[in-house]
Amino acid sequence: MKAIAKRPDVDLSIEFAGIKSPNPFWLASAPPTDKAYNVERAFEAGWGGVVWKTLGEDPAPVNVSSRYSAHFGKNREVLGFNNIELITDRSLETNLREITEVKQRWPDRALIVSIMVPCVEESWKAILPRVEATGADGIELNLGCPHGMPERGMGAAVGQNPDLIEQVTRWCKTYSRLPVIVKLTPNITDIREPARAALRGGADAVSLINTINSITSIDLDHMVARPTVGHQSTHGGYCGAAVKPIAMNMVAEIARDPATRGLPICGIGGVSNWHDAAEFVALGAGAVQVCTAAMLHGFRIVEEMQDGLARWMAEKGYRRLSDFSGKAVPHTTDWKYLDMNFQTIAHIDQDQCIQCGRCYIACEDTSHQSIAKLVDEAGARRYEVIEEECVGCNLCQITCPVEGCITMVPQESGKPYMSWNEDPRNPFRESA
Amino acid sequence: MTDSLDHLPRAGDGGRDAASLEANFRDLHPPLTQRQAIIESQRCLYCYDAPCIEACPSDIDIPRFIREISEDNINGAAQTILEENILGGSCARVCPTEILCEQSCVRNHDAECQPVLIGLLQRHAIDHMHFTEHPFPRAADTGRHVAVVGAGPAGLSCAHRLASHGHRVTIFEADPRPGGLNEYGIARYKLVDDYAQKEIDFLLEIGGIEIHYGQQLGDNLDLATLKRDHDAVFLGLGLGTSRRLGLAGEGAPGVATPGLMPATDYIRTLRETDDLSTLPLARRCVVIGAGNTAIDMAVQMARLGADEVTLVYRRGIDAMPATGHEQEIARANGVKIVTWARPEEILLDAEGRVAGMRFARTQSRDGTLMDTGETLEIAADGVFTAIGQALDEAHLAAIPGLEREGGKVHVDGHFRTDLPGVYAGGDCIALGQDLTVQAVQHGKLAAQAIHQDLMAQQEVA
Repeated sequence: MKAIAKRPDVDLSIEFAGIKSPNPFWLASAPPTDKAYNVERAFEAGWGGVVWKTLGEDPAPVNVSSRYSAHFGKNREVLGFNNIELITDRSLETNLREITEVKQRWPDRALIVSIMVPCVEESWKAILPRVEATGADGIELNLGCPHGMPERGMGAAVGQNPDLIEQVTRWCKTYSRLPVIVKLTPNITDIREPARAALRGGADAVSLINTINSITSIDLDHMVARPTVGHQSTHGGYCGAAVKPIAMNMVAEIARDPATRGLPICGIGGVSNWHDAAEFVALGAGAVQVCTAAMLHGFRIVEEMQDGLARWMAEKGYRRLSDFSGKAVPHTTDWKYLDMNFQTIAHIDQDQCIQCGRCYIACEDTSHQSIAKLVDEAGARRYEVIEEECVGCNLCQITCPVEGCITMVPQESGKPYMSWNEDPRNPFRESA
Repeated sequence: MTDSLDHLPRAGDGGRDAASLEANFRDLHPPLTQRQAIIESQRCLYCYDAPCIEACPSDIDIPRFIREISEDNINGAAQTILEENILGGSCARVCPTEILCEQSCVRNHDAECQPVLIGLLQRHAIDHMHFTEHPFPRAADTGRHVAVVGAGPAGLSCAHRLASHGHRVTIFEADPRPGGLNEYGIARYKLVDDYAQKEIDFLLEIGGIEIHYGQQLGDNLDLATLKRDHDAVFLGLGLGTSRRLGLAGEGAPGVATPGLMPATDYIRTLRETDDLSTLPLARRCVVIGAGNTAIDMAVQMARLGADEVTLVYRRGIDAMPATGHEQEIARANGVKIVTWARPEEILLDAEGRVAGMRFARTQSRDGTLMDTGETLEIAADGVFTAIGQALDEAHLAAIPGLEREGGKVHVDGHFRTDLPGVYAGGDCIALGQDLTVQAVQHGKLAAQAIHQDLMAQQEVA
């Protein structure tokens, strides 16, 4: 318990869908939360809560050997992570006993149990009281596991069908008093539909995203994808830093959907540090779940997460998470509402420029030919923005290796806000 | 070659065996490991119109070969290098990268002050290439035959490029082995494990190149014969003689003063020996000069076990031709660098052997070097001169009519001398700057010019 950060000016504790937690950092339902040994180590490290790895009906499934693969960056940093594991491969009884024991030893932590049983009422009716008897704080419905289980009519197959989501959620609310979090799969077209269905079924919250169907790499010597099982492979579930942008968009979609406004959201997907967590919270998440970062670095990362988030909040004057939760949501809108009169232009700080020429060639080859390459008599180069050509696309700023060297400077146009709906250049404008 | 040092003790005296001495001459900069190379390759920003390419005398597309390393395409990286510089392996080891590609790396900028280690990455690519056949196939034989005088970096580079165009090449080399300064003139710890020879073996795999050894212009070789028997002649002569101090006590040319010799002669012996313990050791050693050869000499004598090694230069540190990196190597090896001291007299003992040097203290007044009136004496039993090299006039006598420029051979923008059909490059021409990489470039460009001229002749005919 010593690892839970306490500061006089910031309180990281939350109450999410009725579940109390000393901080917003939970471990997602996954290998790190598969048994008491791991979960207790996580609590010792300072995690505010865990979602116990998904329980199912006995007999427990059997996993294959070789289970994970990664999408590596050039420096072997893991950009994305992929797994073909199933739900817990231990017996229901063992898991329930351990959950009970752990909850007794760690009463201040949030302990949520992930469940996936066949899509029949009897199955849910049978398991829910047993889970509730452990003393757990809530349940999470795993309707989004993208591999292995759908073939048995569970997981993503349910998560891809809003009617089934609503049905299963309703059974849970009927047969359990625990808060129900519905975990959503991203392997669908419009994330708002399953979220609305969960709310209709009585869900107390949604959590997202589950993993994305993926093949991370091919072993070109053996012509087989990774992870390799014998001479074969299969698609797995993609997670880790690379999926964060996809997850944040889906969180924002639900946060700003009038149909689900106010529905608590637990953000999942590539959360690797406090900064990522703060971004999910800014988009409306009330808590975050972490998996890949912990699997790559161990549980200790939560220390930096707590400390970093608390310091940043203190600097900003936020005392509690709710002080900034959802603050970026009103600024997230549809393209058609963006201001057509806004103009920004790149500016290169010549003192910081190292003359690598990346901005020049990026703009010249692939964008708007808005950067001039000037060479003086001594051969020294200088790159300058041709302001009248610059459309403010950000490409030069993105490719520049020196952070802060290229800035995008908003231009004073003197014109009022005008959306595409109002733009006279829009033949379908609503005001026409 | 070290006869004038016969009176000195040997490096092996006092129980130091060849193996323990050899340990002092291992790779100065150990190669990158595979992992280090990948990490370092990631640091390259893949600049557009990259400054490092501009700084490379041999025009290697550096960002491209580094990207190829990072993409696990080692043969691609090696070919990118070798396309422009067939001696890219030795250049990676001996180039003063700190004043060439790495100096111009944009990562030297204030925020980082650490260039990409281009030299070591280049070495990595070449060391790990694994071609099943020579990467530069020879074009169909043109029936033309070119003579190349000198099997140093310029001559070898020229020969390889000519061979790739399908011309037949015969190299005439005075020494018993090819390589020139790479073989005989580079500090032992910069090119280890007989690398120069291995590299040349690879180069010659292209075919169509023959080397005749023991062929010396002015001795058993003359230009008229070369021109008669070949369609063109390339002169990669190098600089055959060491400049003399011109001081009292130096003895007449050709007469050795015990204890005094050119640094290049000693370095050559050091490169060639199989047993370092047999080398004469100047316990108190003075090296005169301030270029990289002077540093190579001083550091190697220190590593052989000298008690005191002093490098003396007539001007200040800032004017030293040796790069800052080389100066650091010297200091790290305990070499004392004395500046503002001009050689005045070689001090001899009763038997006529070197006992030390007297120097006149100097100063710079409005850029002009002048004596201060003070003198400095340094006791020494070996004095080594490294004050530059010059064309060997005895050899040039075999090439009548060769125009000169600043004491070296004059060439035009296409490495043509003033004699028809005769080309030149490397240290022997006026453009030469005592850089292996530049000699390679000269040889390459001269070969292009020879090829074009020969092809133009063919069209006319």
